[in-house]
Amino acid sequence: MARKATTSRRLVMTFVAYTFALILFFPILWMVITSFKSEADAIALPPKFLFFHWTLANYIDVQARNNYWRFAFNSVALSFGSTVLGLIVGIPAAYAFAFAPTKNTKQILLWMLSTKMMPAVGVLVPIYLLLLQFHLLDTFTGLILILFLSNLPIMIWMLYTYFKEIPHEILEASRMDGASRWKEIVYVLSPMAVPGIASTVLLNIILSWNETFWSLNVTNIHAAPLTAFIASYSSPEGLFWAKLSAASTLAVAPIVLLGWFSQRQLVRGLTFGAVK
Amino acid sequence: MRLTKALYAGAFALALLSTASAQSLTIATVNNGDMIRMQKLTSDFTKANPGIKLNWVTLEENVLRQKVTTDIATKAGQYDIITIGTYEVPIWAKKGWLVPLDNLGADYDVNDLLPAIRSGLSYNNKLYAAPFYGESSMVMYRTDLMKKAGLTMPKSPTWAFIAKAAAKMNDPKNGVYGICLRGKAGWGENMAFLTTLANSYGARWFNMKWKPLFDGPEWKNAINYYVNLMKADGPPGASANGFNANLTLFNAGKCGMWIDATVAAGFVTDPKKSKVADKVGFALAPNAGLGKNANWLWSWALGIPAASKHVAAAEKFIAWATSKHYTELVASKEGWARVPPGTRTSLYKNPAYLKAAPFAQMTLDSIDSADPSMNGTVKKKPYIGVQFAAIPEFEGLGDTVGQYFSGALAGKMTVDAALKQAQDYTTRVMTKAGYIK
Repeated sequence: MARKATTSRRLVMTFVAYTFALILFFPILWMVITSFKSEADAIALPPKFLFFHWTLANYIDVQARNNYWRFAFNSVALSFGSTVLGLIVGIPAAYAFAFAPTKNTKQILLWMLSTKMMPAVGVLVPIYLLLLQFHLLDTFTGLILILFLSNLPIMIWMLYTYFKEIPHEILEASRMDGASRWKEIVYVLSPMAVPGIASTVLLNIILSWNETFWSLNVTNIHAAPLTAFIASYSSPEGLFWAKLSAASTLAVAPIVLLGWFSQRQLVRGLTFGAVK
Repeated sequence: MRLTKALYAGAFALALLSTASAQSLTIATVNNGDMIRMQKLTSDFTKANPGIKLNWVTLEENVLRQKVTTDIATKAGQYDIITIGTYEVPIWAKKGWLVPLDNLGADYDVNDLLPAIRSGLSYNNKLYAAPFYGESSMVMYRTDLMKKAGLTMPKSPTWAFIAKAAAKMNDPKNGVYGICLRGKAGWGENMAFLTTLANSYGARWFNMKWKPLFDGPEWKNAINYYVNLMKADGPPGASANGFNANLTLFNAGKCGMWIDATVAAGFVTDPKKSKVADKVGFALAPNAGLGKNANWLWSWALGIPAASKHVAAAEKFIAWATSKHYTELVASKEGWARVPPGTRTSLYKNPAYLKAAPFAQMTLDSIDSADPSMNGTVKKKPYIGVQFAAIPEFEGLGDTVGQYFSGALAGKMTVDAALKQAQDYTTRVMTKAGYIK
């Protein structure tokens, strides 16, 4: 009897989960479907779900107007570049916070996180002027620095949470065996924290890939990523919904696939330490 | 060692050669049909000017405005040509941020530009941006529904007639609403329409001492008319509707009338996009019997930031993109109905264009009747602009006041409360900015 109740409960829960998943996924599905419509079908009332003339014309138009691959390459370079830089600074910082805490560690961690609460537009002009002075507008270096610095607090927090779970004794043992601080981080700590580092890397890549404000404001031609590519199809006076959907589908496809294949790592990374 | 020196010398020579032989122009522009068409046709320009390479930055207009404003205010010089409107030109020209367009060539025929548009893009009688296309606003209506209602649309209707026609055409049970108007908040969204509506009722944003006038009867009458009309005969959720939402509704046959940009005429009469393409009539924007029609004036134009390092090449491009030759190029490739409207007098004397664009004369009449000068309203105003006041503070003011009026339309507050908030907020901003002593 108890087993029957469990099965029916599981069925209900599965149904509820699928319903929520569908609701969450529906906008993306609608965007993909719209990308295969003509502009007239894209705005048809009532909306056409599946029975319309499917066309690839929007994808052809989008590629003819902009070089998608240049924007995609820029997105990859920017998100991976800022992530590598973030790891180089974030791992030693998280190590220090986790294994050599001082009485101010908690405050410093909270202060770092508080920088994320400031609206980006509040510092647009000073940062724009700094980039202008150092000739870094519309360059990979300029945008990588911004993405790296804006995501660094989250990276340090995630890595710190992981490192805290690693027993101090293991690091002490390696020290007893004569390992230097550097060797301790590279050969002992990092391999043990691979799942944590992997989920931090994945999250940082996704955050950098989706970052819009700075990408739009400090790039033009040379360093413009896919977010700028999508923005070029938005218009308040004129209906380009099908083309906008095609551009958006092309822009989100790589990161959706990456998220899909690495969802287990991502979920583990985001929920690690949440329930004990 | 010798080889290294030779390599350095070669690289230096190559760099010099490439600098001398090719100039790159970075052009910031908005995403609309006419601008995209221009990008497709630029081979005509680059063939004639092989030393000039064009780089395009295309963005939605609000994003573009933010980027271009940051660039020009910091003198960053990221762009050689920028797409700006009649709002920015007088403000930026006054600050010395734009290059005056004195060298557009002998055959440019600057006197052929429509006087209202030319005046909107000039400062101290000098042209600071060349118009790529121009627009006003007008009434677009369903001829079949108007006939069914037993009414005839006058060429220049009054607001009273519009209310009467909307009530007769309104048929929500069959999904048809008497009138569709902008409700979405924003200085270029609902406030563009509402400012012109208020102008026709004799209102102004400020008196000659820059005191806001939302506490006067003119604004009250205008906003009450708008809210009552839309509540009675407008579509549901109208407070969220901008240009695109209303265009979608009109093309789907859901609106009896729509008052909006003249550029929409090309979309609603296109059988590929509109279900009602063969049933659309046009009339001048309405009036309240005070001698002023509620139509705006706007132009997307090309200007050169003062920080550009390629002014001569940029002038060459602007002269090409806004020339009579470009108009003929578009006509030869895509037909006369696709040429950018509202910039040149000669276009409206061209029989081929008048035949291809049945809305051409109404567009011209609407543009001609808009007056952005200080005498453009019933009583004199201290600012330039029809649907805006050309002062730097207006963008923020228009957005905030637009939210109050959008809130009144949505039923979140009364019209009186919205007007009071608009008055208080605008007074505060104008006092802080030093306009009110």
